[in-house]
Amino acid sequence: MSQTIDATTMETVVTHALESAKLAGASQCDVLLVEGNDREVRVRGDEVEFVKQAQERGLGIRTLVAGKDGLQTAVVSTSDLAPDAVERMAQEAVALARATAPDPFAGIPEDGFATELPDLGLFDESDFGVSLDARIEDAKRAEAAARATDKRIDNSQGSQASSGFARIVYGNHHGFLSSYQSASHGLFSEPLARDGDSMQRDYWMTAGRRLSDLDDPAIVGRKAANRALRRLGAKRVATCVVPVLFDGLTAPSLIGQLTSCLSGYSIYRESSFLADKMGEMIASSNVTIIDDGRLQGGLGSKPFDGEGQQTRRNVLLEDGQLKSWLLDHYSAKKLGLTSTGSASRGTGSAPHVGTTNLWLEPGEKTLDELIAEIDRGLLVTELIGMGFNPTTGDYSRGAAGLWIENGEIVHPVEEITIAGNLGEMLKQIDRVGSELVWRGRTASPPVRISQMTIAGE
Amino acid sequence: MSQSDNTTEATEATSDRALEFFQDRFDLDDRSLATALDTALERNVDYADLYFEYTTTDSVSLEEGIVKSGDRHLEQGVGVRAIRGERQGYAHSDDLSLDSAKLAAGTARAIADEASTQSPVAIHSPAPSHDLYPVDVAPTDVPVATKVDWLGEIDRYARAKDPRITQVMASIVSQYKHMLVVASDGTRVADILPLVRINIQVMATDGTSREIGYQGAGGRYDLETLRDPARWQALADEAIRSALLNLEAKPCPAGSMDVVLGPGWPGILLHEAIGHGLEGDFNRKKTSAFSDKLGQRVAAEGVTVVDDGTLPGRRGSLNVDDEGTPTRRNVLIENGILVGYMQDRLNADLMGVAPTGNGRRESYAHLPLPRMTNTFMLAGQDDPEEILKSVDNGLYAVSFGGGQVDITSGKFVFSASEAYLIENGQIGAPVKGATLIGNGPDVLTRVSHIGHDLELDQGVGTCGKDGQGVPVGVGLPTIRIDGLTVGGTEG
Repeated sequence: MSQTIDATTMETVVTHALESAKLAGASQCDVLLVEGNDREVRVRGDEVEFVKQAQERGLGIRTLVAGKDGLQTAVVSTSDLAPDAVERMAQEAVALARATAPDPFAGIPEDGFATELPDLGLFDESDFGVSLDARIEDAKRAEAAARATDKRIDNSQGSQASSGFARIVYGNHHGFLSSYQSASHGLFSEPLARDGDSMQRDYWMTAGRRLSDLDDPAIVGRKAANRALRRLGAKRVATCVVPVLFDGLTAPSLIGQLTSCLSGYSIYRESSFLADKMGEMIASSNVTIIDDGRLQGGLGSKPFDGEGQQTRRNVLLEDGQLKSWLLDHYSAKKLGLTSTGSASRGTGSAPHVGTTNLWLEPGEKTLDELIAEIDRGLLVTELIGMGFNPTTGDYSRGAAGLWIENGEIVHPVEEITIAGNLGEMLKQIDRVGSELVWRGRTASPPVRISQMTIAGE
Repeated sequence: MSQSDNTTEATEATSDRALEFFQDRFDLDDRSLATALDTALERNVDYADLYFEYTTTDSVSLEEGIVKSGDRHLEQGVGVRAIRGERQGYAHSDDLSLDSAKLAAGTARAIADEASTQSPVAIHSPAPSHDLYPVDVAPTDVPVATKVDWLGEIDRYARAKDPRITQVMASIVSQYKHMLVVASDGTRVADILPLVRINIQVMATDGTSREIGYQGAGGRYDLETLRDPARWQALADEAIRSALLNLEAKPCPAGSMDVVLGPGWPGILLHEAIGHGLEGDFNRKKTSAFSDKLGQRVAAEGVTVVDDGTLPGRRGSLNVDDEGTPTRRNVLIENGILVGYMQDRLNADLMGVAPTGNGRRESYAHLPLPRMTNTFMLAGQDDPEEILKSVDNGLYAVSFGGGQVDITSGKFVFSASEAYLIENGQIGAPVKGATLIGNGPDVLTRVSHIGHDLELDQGVGTCGKDGQGVPVGVGLPTIRIDGLTVGGTEG
């Protein structure tokens, strides 16, 4: 495999790409270089199923050339970092840009670049040497713990462990050039439970910037096994309208879907049902949603966004009131606003809007207390399908979970759908739970929607 | 075989051109390939392969009447795999060179610890079996200016159609991929794969209501095929019709009802409900709801489902899969009886059957998995109009967004983007937000009518599995399914 390249070499490549773009005729340009080193293992039963190792790099060059009424933009990417290859790519980018239309809103930010670069705890140097064998051991422990939980756990899709390390360098024609390193580690277990003809799977996972952030593998395996076991004997319920409680694994998808409707692009295109709602009460008063790119050790943390803008804390909803869109430079300019430092970007395309560490502020009651309050309703533990329309807010997804009667879980449920409209569902959030656990870049405590339509028998 | 001599010549040309490409650009000749393989085989592995890829993708998109950006992306690299029993070692590098391949081979073989006594590999090329997608001009070689002008035409056409069309977003994505795979049994196969796609999305506005309509098309052919105005105008018309229709659509009722699926893209039902469950890996591990069901009835009489990677120009087609196995037409369900799974090499070997040409990967950076190609149900005898008339009260679903399945429980879901109520055998009011959910192993047993109107989809499907996306096709005649759960908001 290719050898790791150091920070100085990477910065030299970025500088050379910027100079090549300018020389080729770009009036503005920026460059993103990413180098990653990833390893991944999966264990199933006693056997190692696969080990995977890779080193990868990607260089993305965005060039803008001056047109009649604005700038013309193109993005070109490659993994070939040889100086002559970079020069060719820069020339190609400029030629490609000349074929596109001038856009008065196009451009690279003038200011707002990250000046404060605190240590965000994005990696732990002592993890760099982590061996494949050590991660195989973690996966084996999770797998063994899952299978030891109950004799009905006799199969699995496996337990998977991963460790990735990356260095990101960004530079632009203003002379801003900066870089950071990050790491992420994960462990995921997906056992199968079987009882007679009934077979169910479920999963549990842990993830973090440092290996020491991860939950004990045995806990991950046991939790996954118990989730699969409690689904055995699942049945449908009759079509009805009841309160629906989303657990800590399913509630984040609601928050994620909501924020896709807050992206500056869907606002200026008017393709979000929230496009004309800035400043209004769009959710019940117990809903506060925050996106913060600078949480210590956060899986979404980064010192600067895909355009070099300093990341920050953005309060999107406060006590139910819509306070902020998520904006990169372009969508901000289209709306007459300034970037919220939310540019997300791979090497292969122009920036778009993304979230960093996104969460719903927790409330007072535990999940158990919330269950105890429900006379008749559903606890959703898994969602499948893509039934969400950001333009109208219409929401209809396949679900599995646990049926609640008189404050107690009575049986597992499957093969049902839950439906509503996100605009109404937000206003119907009548309980927010107290447990906020990070397992990725988006987290949410349990959330109760006062009523949704369940389709079943 | 009905292939003409011309086709065979063209076939040799395609695979030879691909071989020459890797030889000329990256010095990957037979001798160097054998050397890299020998590195992997220094340990006692059962099997090893090298997969080289060089892919150019460009994407041009329009919104607000202008093409704001052009993107061009080059992806190149090598992936090396070693297999020992059920254990796979995989390493990949974005450096397309012999040295990188050897280094990766050294990493991949680490899954086996004993030294090997295998003799060096002798490379040979099997005669290519198909040439399904030869093109004269690579879609990525069509000048960007041509694509920009074309998008402008689409924009003007769509806006002129109806004053309620307030937004048009359109894009043209072109891909041209060279691949070369060489395996420890000495087989060396190469291919050149074009892939094009056009997307047209419009927004219709009426007062404060807004709705999106989408239509796309594509496949493994040149861009000229799509540039025919009759072709893209029909797509734009469909997108507009769909958006305007959704403006009038009422919320969908919830509950169990008889459902008629229209022909073509609703074949996504087959993909989700049974296709994934018939992939070899899940069945070897017995984690699928279809495990151990070979020879059993899983669908009503008259239902025959195939997965066919050999259809010329289709989005899911391949001359050879990503392990070098020629694709073929695999019958999965024959007259209601489960007769076959889809296999890659690893799972076929472990199950003691032959690979079926379904070993696919997203790129050199991914391990091959058993995947679908073009999955569809064969036509039946029924008149589609009569099928609709047979339903007293139900749902007629003609287009869908995405779907998903839980392989183990067999529960699947997919969301309608265009659906109507059926009232007394007549198509009634359009409804929106309809999600269909069911149980894979029994949904096809409730197929009561099969139309004679089999259609394949327009060529826009991408299937996700284990984080890998691959292009696929689906198809279906009009069918009636009795008693499917429909999710909606009206209780």
